[in-house]
Amino acid sequence: MDVVNLWPLLGIGVVMLGFLLKFNPVLVVLVAGIITGLAALMPIREILAQLGEGFLKTRTLPVILLLPLAVIGLAERHGLKQQAQNFIKNLKGATVGRLLTVYLAARESTAALGLTSLGGHPQMVRPLLAPMAEALAEQRWPGIPERIREKVKAMAAATDNIGLFFGEDIFVAFGAIVLMHTFLRESGIETDPLHIALWGIPTALCAFAIHAYRMRQMDQMLGRLQAQATVMSEQSPTPVASTTSGDQA
Amino acid sequence: MISLSFLYILVGLILLWTAVLTLLNKEQPRRFASASFWGCYALVFLIGDYLPHEVVGLMVVLLALLAGFGALSSAVPKMLAPEQLQLSLTRIGKKIFLPALLIPFITVFSVLVLGLIGNDSWRLLDPKNLTLVSLGLACVVAFIAACWLTRESPLQGGIEAKRLLEAMGWAVLLPQLLATLGLLFNNAGVGQAVAVLTETYLAVDHKLIAVATYAIAMALFTMIMGNAFAAFPVITAGIGIPVLIMQHGANPAVMAAIGMFCGYCGTLMTPMAANFNMVPAALLELKDQHAVIKAQTPTAVMLLMCNIFLLYFLAF
Repeated sequence: MDVVNLWPLLGIGVVMLGFLLKFNPVLVVLVAGIITGLAALMPIREILAQLGEGFLKTRTLPVILLLPLAVIGLAERHGLKQQAQNFIKNLKGATVGRLLTVYLAARESTAALGLTSLGGHPQMVRPLLAPMAEALAEQRWPGIPERIREKVKAMAAATDNIGLFFGEDIFVAFGAIVLMHTFLRESGIETDPLHIALWGIPTALCAFAIHAYRMRQMDQMLGRLQAQATVMSEQSPTPVASTTSGDQA
Repeated sequence: MISLSFLYILVGLILLWTAVLTLLNKEQPRRFASASFWGCYALVFLIGDYLPHEVVGLMVVLLALLAGFGALSSAVPKMLAPEQLQLSLTRIGKKIFLPALLIPFITVFSVLVLGLIGNDSWRLLDPKNLTLVSLGLACVVAFIAACWLTRESPLQGGIEAKRLLEAMGWAVLLPQLLATLGLLFNNAGVGQAVAVLTETYLAVDHKLIAVATYAIAMALFTMIMGNAFAAFPVITAGIGIPVLIMQHGANPAVMAAIGMFCGYCGTLMTPMAANFNMVPAALLELKDQHAVIKAQTPTAVMLLMCNIFLLYFLAF
């Protein structure tokens, strides 16, 4: 048996170190690529060719990201965000946690039916879901600190990911199922793709339960933090706070 | 047949328009460097297929250096004046949701209906890339609807796309660059090296420990590669088949299904999965570029523990 060259693992080390030391990720990846190529004894020309070929093959990634931008940008210019926020504020009983839980359920179940394009960050989270979550947080806690507002927006993006990941994998025609089936067959193990899809359901349900529970906790956390903040500001009323409340009254 | 090359031309034109606007905007800082980034990226989409791979590789290095050393700048966005925005809010009202919602609904319609049009020798839409081509089609229709609804010119659409691109900055490049690195890892034999290490150093006899090792290795290797698809063959060949299936007699369907989900838990926790974790943080203009990962990590860790127990109780 040939001795496997372990040096290309250096590339993984570069990536981990680069991200840990918080260098610009784009540079980290470039350097990791070049070092991996050198460690595998590729000549510079070959490394460049590999980079070029790989980059051409993966052009579909930015396509998904870039195509919706012009549509979303135009709609945002004419008040998409404001309309989304007004809509959700007028919905009775809506909280950040409930909004995101409903979205999680919708995203996960549609992805399980193979409808993975009914969501996504450029076309759904940025223009609609995140502004709605932000508006609800703002409604519950006027003057919410920037740090907490960012957490709410990040949670909206996280919810889209979790719904997509743990839904799509129980759709039998999804690429992952095909990949697992083909790989196991090549290793001499026969499986039924439908079984692989069905055995994903327990995890999909757990994912929903865990994330929905975290949303409920986020609602409670918002309430608790706000109560603390109100107590603090009542104990030491600052002139700034009193003028703002005066303006509103 | 409408195929991917049609989408590449569309994206190339958006990028080229961004480059031209940047070059013409005398108030934009570092406009020459920024414009060369967007212009070079546009060329990859427009003429990349006709260039030798080494030349494209050089362009990739140039793009990464420009993006990595902070050449990308943003113009000060020119928003609508408040009274004009108020006018739009009352005139267009809730109909402004229409273009945004058209994107997913036309995509699904196109996949389910337009995808069927054609015969054995000719299809309306490329069947190999049906979802992507459908998304492209949906974006074109939604763009026409958006221009009509807002009474803006398509050129204004380009300006808005540029505003969002600039808000994302270098994060635009990262997903594609990482995917390229993944391919390079494959060709350089990183997968084999990891497989050798796991086979040599991870001999596990106890069933629960074996299950936990497989689950955690899937998550960790996915975090390194940024992609569960890349981790699955390596870790399953290294631990899954020899230890779980051969030694302990696990049900392969259960092991594969839950093993892949362990990988997805890893995807939620790594900056290497840039399109899910880093790009949204940039799109939402969050100050902390790891904010989305931090929001996902508790769910991912709890779910990984659930998976270990599910695998232990369901696979045997």
